[in-house]
Amino acid sequence: MLVQHLSPIASSLFSLLAIACLLLSFVMLGSRWLNNYLYAFAAESWIIAVLSAAVGFYGNYPELYLIAILTLLFRGLLLPYLVWRIIRRLDVDREIHLFLQPSTSLIVGALFVMLALSVSFRIAAELHLQLTVATLALTVMLSMKLIGFLILALRHEAVSQILGLLVLENGIFLGSQILVPGMPLLIEMVILFDLLIIVACFGVLVGYLMTHAGTTSSLDLKRLVG
Amino acid sequence: MVGALILTLAAAPALAVIGCMAARRPRAAEALNLIASAVSFACAMPLPFLINGQQLQFWNDYIMIDRMSAWVVLCTSIVYFLASIYAVGYMRLLNEDKRLCTFYALFAGFGLTTLIGPLMNSVGIYWIAIELTTLVSTFLIAFERVAESMEAAWKYIMVVSAGISLALLGTILFYWGGSFVLGPSYKMTWATLTDAAPQMNPALLKLAFLLVLVGYGTKVGLAPMHSWLPDAHSESPAPVSAMLSGALLNTAMIGIVRFLGVTKAANLGWLPQCTLVAFGIVSLFLGALFIVRQQGIKRLMAYSSIEHMGVVALGFGFGGALGVAGALYHMLNHSLNKSLMFFGAGIMMRAYGTKEIALIHGVGCRFPTEGALWLAGAIAITGAPPFGLFLSEFTIMRAGLKPPFSWAVYVMAILLIVIFIGFMNHFRAMYYQSTQSEESKGDRLSGWCVAPMWLSLIPLLVLGLWWPTHVWDYLASIAQSLNLEPQ
Repeated sequence: MLVQHLSPIASSLFSLLAIACLLLSFVMLGSRWLNNYLYAFAAESWIIAVLSAAVGFYGNYPELYLIAILTLLFRGLLLPYLVWRIIRRLDVDREIHLFLQPSTSLIVGALFVMLALSVSFRIAAELHLQLTVATLALTVMLSMKLIGFLILALRHEAVSQILGLLVLENGIFLGSQILVPGMPLLIEMVILFDLLIIVACFGVLVGYLMTHAGTTSSLDLKRLVG
Repeated sequence: MVGALILTLAAAPALAVIGCMAARRPRAAEALNLIASAVSFACAMPLPFLINGQQLQFWNDYIMIDRMSAWVVLCTSIVYFLASIYAVGYMRLLNEDKRLCTFYALFAGFGLTTLIGPLMNSVGIYWIAIELTTLVSTFLIAFERVAESMEAAWKYIMVVSAGISLALLGTILFYWGGSFVLGPSYKMTWATLTDAAPQMNPALLKLAFLLVLVGYGTKVGLAPMHSWLPDAHSESPAPVSAMLSGALLNTAMIGIVRFLGVTKAANLGWLPQCTLVAFGIVSLFLGALFIVRQQGIKRLMAYSSIEHMGVVALGFGFGGALGVAGALYHMLNHSLNKSLMFFGAGIMMRAYGTKEIALIHGVGCRFPTEGALWLAGAIAITGAPPFGLFLSEFTIMRAGLKPPFSWAVYVMAILLIVIFIGFMNHFRAMYYQSTQSEESKGDRLSGWCVAPMWLSLIPLLVLGLWWPTHVWDYLASIAQSLNLEPQ
């Protein structure tokens, strides 16, 4: 188990990076501009790439360097570029109708982090891993999951929903780097490619939505009920 | 032998995908997909007989076939074959000849992903296979290019991708739990996970199982994660609806069942099966509510799918030989029957030019043969004898009649009766002839559309009258290997 015998410097570096990721997802939650979402997502992916490399360095998993490079290329550059192309094609640059004001959604997000924290404390106590970076990794993983769902629920623009989905995936990826760095390389790589295909599919679908449904806001998608 | 069959099973639709994209002629694409589906069906048919209770691994252990996956692959290949025959007749009615090649390429791709999903030995790769089915089928749902199908496709990909990411989280937590036992790097196959489960931490396993259940449950369409299902099933072309309902849902269900086996090995107590029973009851309840007041014909079938997935979930939740065998038998019957229902619904939708139940009437007079087949299917889908679903539902109920879950059986019985009345009421309205001056027997339907209806109804009737001993033994041995005895 990597997290049990980490040097203090490594463990504080991992914590710093994980918390930075969590903060960036709060940036997405607190803003209503699509460009901010995109920048926050890109920065998040860069941090995850650094984290992969750091885990590879301190935990002696050379294959994680490859994952770090691929994360940087795919999640950090290619995905934001694809989403940026979608944004450019649309005539929308911000969320117009909001269920919750950004300030309120920040508070809800904070409540979610507390929920995640209590769950991961419980799990860490069971596994005798209290006060290790594993607790923090689990907390960040679960809270990014919850924040991603919050973004999906509160935002209506197609692009914000895509980014909400990517936050969900980022949370999982970040947590898995710290908790299970030894996961087979193949699975991680396939998941990376899979994400790329998903976003490409989303891009095509957003185009269809524009042409055939005349809208990209999920508020207007209400023909099918009952 | 088995290896060659599995290879052919997957290679046929894969070649059809390439062929359809290269052919550029709609008739050629049609034929290619049909041949591929027939080959897949021919390969899947002997699989359950050949594997003899052993677990076979191929291709560096990435592919695994056991009795359960052979059974689910058989169900899937039947639906794929029937839907491919039907598609020949149905897709010509849409006048979309230019885009038919794309359609068949996607359709064969959808067949491919649903066929190989259950055969994945690695838990992570299984997740990816399920994700791929989503991506391919989204474009099939969006095929008709109208606002409604775009909306359905968007909701589908959004809800299912978000849901299935929970399953990924659960899978990673399973891997983490295993890494305490097996060391940081190991191959996470179903077998290693089951072997390591007794030593894993129960609290972590419970959390991981609940995440996986909700995640794959979204794909199975268990309520309350079902919200994509009625939209997607009603707005896609009829052969795709049949595939979604008869093939895709089973492919995702097998994942839940395998994880249930893992938690059972870990001795987690009543929680996993109880949660599954709860989801089953909620799905039945919700299906019943929406079936009674339904207005769209294909949405009626979609809610019936939710109901039947609820019944399957109940079967696995009740456990024991009766429950598991009943649930697996129910999968086969439901695959046959729901294909029949969607085939009929597609014909009626095209003939009357509407999806509204209220605007369809006099079906029996206008389409004597097809109407009779569809009506028989409707009687079967509500679980009335002498069809297969009656037998499997009855077996599942018998499985539950023991103390922990007996309440669920009574609720299930009441809800099934409500569904029977609601469903039949809609069919009464559609078969009722209001005026004599209707055009009678005007339409000649293509044989491509009618033949698969016969092909699904006859086995359904046979399976209802006669549950072969070999099939029972086969299913009971799956139950034994899963060991889902109630506590």
